Amino acid sequence: MNFYIVSLIKIAIVFGVFMTTLAYLQWVERKVLAHIQSRTGPLRVGPHGLMQPLADVVKLLTKEDLLPPYVNRFFYLLAPFIAVCLALISISIIPFGPRITVFGYQTYMQISDVNVGILFVLAISAVSVYGVALAGWSSNNKYSLLGALRSSAQMVSYELPLTLAIISPLLLNNHLNFRAISESQAGYYLGFIPRWNIVQMPFPQIFAFIIFMIAAFAETNRLPFDLAEAENELVAGFHTEYSSMKFACFFMSEYAHMVTISCVASLLFLGGWHPLFPAPYSDWVPTLLFVFAAILCFLHAITPARQRDRKTFPVFGIAFLIIAAIWAVPFLHFVLVPVFWFAAKAGFLLFTFIWVRGTLPRFRYDQLMHFAWTFLFPCALLNLLLTALCVAVF
Amino acid sequence: MDTILFIVFAIVAIVCAFNLVLQRHPISSALSLIGVMGSLAVLYLLLGAEFIAMAQVIVYGGAVMVLFVLVIMLLNAGTEKISRKSWFAQIAGLPLLLAFVALLGFLIRGVLPPLRAVQFGSWVGGTAERIGQMLFTQYLLPFEIISILILIAILGAVVLAHKEFD
Repeated sequence: MNFYIVSLIKIAIVFGVFMTTLAYLQWVERKVLAHIQSRTGPLRVGPHGLMQPLADVVKLLTKEDLLPPYVNRFFYLLAPFIAVCLALISISIIPFGPRITVFGYQTYMQISDVNVGILFVLAISAVSVYGVALAGWSSNNKYSLLGALRSSAQMVSYELPLTLAIISPLLLNNHLNFRAISESQAGYYLGFIPRWNIVQMPFPQIFAFIIFMIAAFAETNRLPFDLAEAENELVAGFHTEYSSMKFACFFMSEYAHMVTISCVASLLFLGGWHPLFPAPYSDWVPTLLFVFAAILCFLHAITPARQRDRKTFPVFGIAFLIIAAIWAVPFLHFVLVPVFWFAAKAGFLLFTFIWVRGTLPRFRYDQLMHFAWTFLFPCALLNLLLTALCVAVF
Repeated sequence: MDTILFIVFAIVAIVCAFNLVLQRHPISSALSLIGVMGSLAVLYLLLGAEFIAMAQVIVYGGAVMVLFVLVIMLLNAGTEKISRKSWFAQIAGLPLLLAFVALLGFLIRGVLPPLRAVQFGSWVGGTAERIGQMLFTQYLLPFEIISILILIAILGAVVLAHKEFD
């Protein structure tokens, strides 16, 4: 009975945090892109546009839900459902921290501890092509169909380097279970270099990490590989005919894929929840960071760029101080510190996704395929062979 | 719990299999086949063969069926038309099918050892470690032969595709 109650609580927490992350990731993306391009981004709704995600949800919910007469109705309605379900399901096996004991009950900080976790993620990512393919085909529109075909071919092609890049860290860790993989990256070389897979002896997986991230950009249909929705060629690609909540489903699934793949990358290559340097010092890093953020806010409030910053920045500063105080409570360390390090790594990778979008132009379609098959795939294969050789010899 | 899941997914598998034959549209049939593959994966999982279950989804649900669906979309295959059945098929179709199924069942019963009830989760040979060990010890020769067979198939595909370009 305990198991079911604890599982329900965990599902509620993960679902709530995940949904908030999806909503605010979009705000972060718009802000970061705006600042890369010397704009201000959303600014009207709430202080610094912080209420913008809520406004967007209301807008999407109240828009007219158009059902074009020429579509294949059943598959047209099924496609966004498939896309969003498959995108949200993978988060259920991601561990956010080690085993913890709450009120005498031992549990893992993950919804379910699957023995073949990596294979599960690969299986879901293999099946998630159907959402895009069905949406494009059932829309009965040439732009949608072209977008769907491009996207399917791209996702199938990039799955190969992605899988090969995943196999090489598995050779070092000997596990298919995410928790076990992360736990085998604990500890430090010489007392300060973390034993994460990207620097793990005998063969550091830095190349596998780079290959994985490149393939991840293609798998999530993000720039520079967003040929599926190249708006100057295909209107909006596979979701041209979708409106209102059905469009929001595709939007949400793209961001959910990004979050999941960032979590997988930080578990496989960046040591999961293990901190950058040994525990006695690293436990106080979150507190220091939040205090630093609070000080920055107060400094900006003293010399405001705009008149209203004089009021809003002290509020943010106090909020950061409260968060810093929560992370400073010693008996909460066992839960909060691993979660902080995990979120910091996944958050950095998510920032990289946005950063690359603001920096690189889009590939041409033949360049994309050529790159996957003639460069990325052989590189991944070579990396796998070298890793296997090093593991076998040493 | 296991029994309920088994009944649900067994029913889903059978319904999807019938749907696959009955649907007129190729895409509907292909999606029904994906449903069959998915429910079979759940049945493997119930029996404790976790690796096989995931491989089933990755290989059949992902790779093979994506290829099917893409080919159907590219060919733009429309709804099938029903041809007029011959009088022989109309009269003798169902009895012959039943007779064939009965014969098949009889032969399989003769070959297989006596059937026993399945215990869910009692088998532990389905983990990735066990399968890896079996592949590289007991079944090494078949494994290597299959690898060479697949390599030959890949080379054949490359040669065939290359001819088109010239």
